[in-house]
Amino acid sequence: MFRRSFFGMASAGLLALGLTGPANAHDDHIVVQSTTSTQNSGLFDHILPIFTDKTGVEVRVVAVGTGQAIKNAANGDGDVLFVHAKAAEEAFVADGHGVSRSDVMYNDFVIVGPPADPADVAGMSDATAALSRIAAAEAPFASRGDDSGTHKAELRLWAEAGVDVAAASGGWYRETGSGMGATLNTGTGMGAYIMTDRATWISFGNKGDYQIAVEGDEKMFNQYGIILVNPETHPNVKADLGQQFVDWVLSDEGQEAIASYKVDGQQLFFPNAR
Amino acid sequence: MSEVVVNISERKRAPLARARTTSTAPLMTARGLCFDAGGQRLIDGIDLDIHPGRCTVIMGANGSGKSLLLRLLHGLLTPTKGEVNWQGHPLDPAARQQQAMVFQRPVMLRRSVAANLRFALSVRGVRGAERKRREGETTALARLDALKDKPARVLSGGEQQRLAMARALICAPRMLFLDEPTASLDPASTQAIEHMIEDARASGTTILVVTHDAGQARRLGDDLIFLHDGQVAETGPAAQVLDNPQSQAAQAWLGGRLFVPTTP
Amino acid sequence: MESFSAILAEALGLILSWDADVIEIIVLSLRVTLSAVAVACMIGFPLGAMVGAFRFPLRTGVIVVMNTMMGLPPVVVGLLVYLMLSAAGPLGVLGLLYSPTAMIIAQTILVTPIVAALTRQVIEDLYNEYSEQFTSLGVGPLDRVLALLWDARYSLLTVALAGFGRAVAEVGAVIIVGGNINHVTRVMTTTIALETSKGNLQLALALGMILLTIAVIVNGLLMAIRGTAARAAYV
Repeated sequence: MFRRSFFGMASAGLLALGLTGPANAHDDHIVVQSTTSTQNSGLFDHILPIFTDKTGVEVRVVAVGTGQAIKNAANGDGDVLFVHAKAAEEAFVADGHGVSRSDVMYNDFVIVGPPADPADVAGMSDATAALSRIAAAEAPFASRGDDSGTHKAELRLWAEAGVDVAAASGGWYRETGSGMGATLNTGTGMGAYIMTDRATWISFGNKGDYQIAVEGDEKMFNQYGIILVNPETHPNVKADLGQQFVDWVLSDEGQEAIASYKVDGQQLFFPNAR
Repeated sequence: MSEVVVNISERKRAPLARARTTSTAPLMTARGLCFDAGGQRLIDGIDLDIHPGRCTVIMGANGSGKSLLLRLLHGLLTPTKGEVNWQGHPLDPAARQQQAMVFQRPVMLRRSVAANLRFALSVRGVRGAERKRREGETTALARLDALKDKPARVLSGGEQQRLAMARALICAPRMLFLDEPTASLDPASTQAIEHMIEDARASGTTILVVTHDAGQARRLGDDLIFLHDGQVAETGPAAQVLDNPQSQAAQAWLGGRLFVPTTP
Repeated sequence: MESFSAILAEALGLILSWDADVIEIIVLSLRVTLSAVAVACMIGFPLGAMVGAFRFPLRTGVIVVMNTMMGLPPVVVGLLVYLMLSAAGPLGVLGLLYSPTAMIIAQTILVTPIVAALTRQVIEDLYNEYSEQFTSLGVGPLDRVLALLWDARYSLLTVALAGFGRAVAEVGAVIIVGGNINHVTRVMTTTIALETSKGNLQLALALGMILLTIAVIVNGLLMAIRGTAARAAYV
């Protein structure tokens, strides 16, 4: 008798928990593979409800580094890719994983640093010159080191500055191997310079006494693109709903929604769809 | 009182006529029984016959192999050499179903008194009204009625041993093995256990009991086996061995002296 | 950084305001973790009991593997489950990636070895006590396992609790297979990770305190049950 009650108890508990019950009443949903910068800045929380109210389509965002987002989408795990690494995005389309790529918006990168400013770069607007000074002073610099869009942009700038950061890795050049927020937490903790997108920085809640040291270089512009994952390569992709989202983001309404997102009165993203 | 322990249907298997003449047909035999552990021979060539309906007492010093012998005969251990036969056939799990054993320290399931009794019955496939009937009878016999819903492990030592006896008897075994069942009990509890043993024997159950207590051996035993260093030092009717031991080992033990043999 | 009392106040405020988002996250956390622990127990209890109650060839090897798997890194489990459930993976057709079910699967894989290994130890200890009595009574293999599981029931509560502790505190696996999607797969630990990455350290800590409080309540409940059982000498 005790056997029945024992296993009865267990299975009743399981039923009560609803092991495989639906997570949400919405069945019209798409998955967008995107980046931590768009998520953490709060942009999606601002624009997605507008889209969902209009269309009834729920948008589920998986926010990871650009590198991982592209890999996930290449596995077919997502309907839309919304990241910022133009070369990698074009390769993604060329490999047949995406239908086509469109510019959506840009923001820019800045280099933030401690008030002591050991490399004397505060107020500079030439990114490569500033990085050269940091390297010359061997002042600590915290890098994402995670193959993300920000990381790739940072490596391009180091290359232009002619600095071999791989040789300095573990010394003054420190790769955290994690997201933007985690890298900011770590970098500010060790008094390092950090290159970050402006959006994440403005909405970041743990700035301490850090300030923007370098900004305004065109080379630090950060272009975002949007791609519908190719339904021919990945048959599970919800092409109709995904296309609907892409079209809306690129539409006047979507572009205005992006422009209207402000934190502390500052606009974070500048729409530039054509 | 004795009839309550006897399961009529079980008893029918052994015809009465045969039961009367069983003094020539042993219920259980052991031949050349040896058991080694850790490179030592702990049981060394034991031969014995257990006759049905009799109560046989095993005595001997600590380490003489009493408990080991009991476990070998009940089939809890496998002999290194020699064999145990039950009704003329090698001992097997089916034969063990006709036996029961009570240990020196009672093993109580983490359940109520009644559930401990039910467990023994359910293992034998006894269910429904029959299970209820036997449960009620045995609970009364062991004077556990007032305790039947209590957790078994909160009972006193004496009560636990009564429950262990009841659980052994509830399946009406043909043979009962008892390993120092009263070793850690007070006189009143010891008496209760001995009454249960006597009742079982009166109803025809064959009993093999290990004890250190010469008084208990005299009260319960028909036959006595005295072990020394894994061998049978002496065997015979209990009263005869106790009153007039022939072997040095038994004389020393019963006389309260230390006997240290000269080992070759 | 704010003082500890400010963090405490924020945690209390979060609870008292009965914020719908916070409640949703707490409920989903409990649903995922308790489901995973329940499934892990349904697999791990019988498995551990069989290894604990029987002797068979290569048994020591099985125990070594079970004990080793207690230390499975959550991220590795997350990746394995991701590869299985990904649209490009063998189970992609099920469409389970980025769902609570995927999180339950990952946590079940993490917790089952813990439940099985600890159950094996509990059952083996109990069986050492019972084995002669069981052999004497002629208890068959199935009855043996069931009786041991039943008699160890209160010790197994503690085993389940160990599994709960591992699952409820785990972030590495669920963030990979769940995707930390708002209102769908966002649980307490992934929210804490997210708020930390946003630099909202006091909010992250406040959520951490809520998580701890839930763990304390669950522990307290089970220990109360166990305490009652201990007084009946059922433990």
